[in-house]
Amino acid sequence: MNERFEGIRDRLRRAVLPIGDEAPRRDLWPDVVGRLARPSLHTPWIDWAVAAAAMIACVTVPGVVPTLLYLL
Amino acid sequence: MDVLEQFVQGDVSAFEALFRQHVEAVYGWVLRIVRERSAAEDITIEAFWRIYKARARYDPRRAFEPWARRVATNVALTYLHSRRKEIPLDADYPAAEGPDPVEERDTRARIQKAFMELPPLLQTVATLALIEDRPYREIATALGVSENAVKLRVFRAVRLLREDLKRKGVTP
Repeated sequence: MNERFEGIRDRLRRAVLPIGDEAPRRDLWPDVVGRLARPSLHTPWIDWAVAAAAMIACVTVPGVVPTLLYLL
Repeated sequence: MDVLEQFVQGDVSAFEALFRQHVEAVYGWVLRIVRERSAAEDITIEAFWRIYKARARYDPRRAFEPWARRVATNVALTYLHSRRKEIPLDADYPAAEGPDPVEERDTRARIQKAFMELPPLLQTVATLALIEDRPYREIATALGVSENAVKLRVFRAVRLLREDLKRKGVTP
């Protein structure tokens, strides 16, 4: 790990504890089988709207591309 | 035909064998990202459902677990986008008390808030690299990016955190 991150890393690790290896509390296989029998999750309309707005912005104002990439 | 080829052919018992073999690793990875047990369980279920649906695109000559982690990481990122700032970070994993509990708690709360306000991708990279101490290469594989891209995102996350902590009156 980069030395210049050590200070912030230590503070972060005191505020947000690392999680060790942990197993699921229950058998998830029955839920996976149940999920296979159901259709895919519905994508909220707002997600499609945001994606469309981002694409339109990239095409019409190419200058926003670096900003969008930075925010990703 | 080995279990991976059977899985690609749609054999559910082969899929169950793969699930049993890798579920703990995938769940553990997701839990490190989202830090909530019930959400990690839901995301693991969704990820394995997507894995089964995408089996035709899987190359059985490649390792299964990195691919499974990558799918699960994408589902976890979608979850983080929807969850933003709604759930306290320490809901399932409260931090230990320090020598001065009140001051320590206040500082910790500010750091947690700053951390929660990071964009989900930066928060994920910072969690895995800085808190969970996972190797850059492992993070890069799970995100489908280069190691340099991971390093760059860790750098950005740290810079944003430092700026935000300064605004919140915490010396980073």
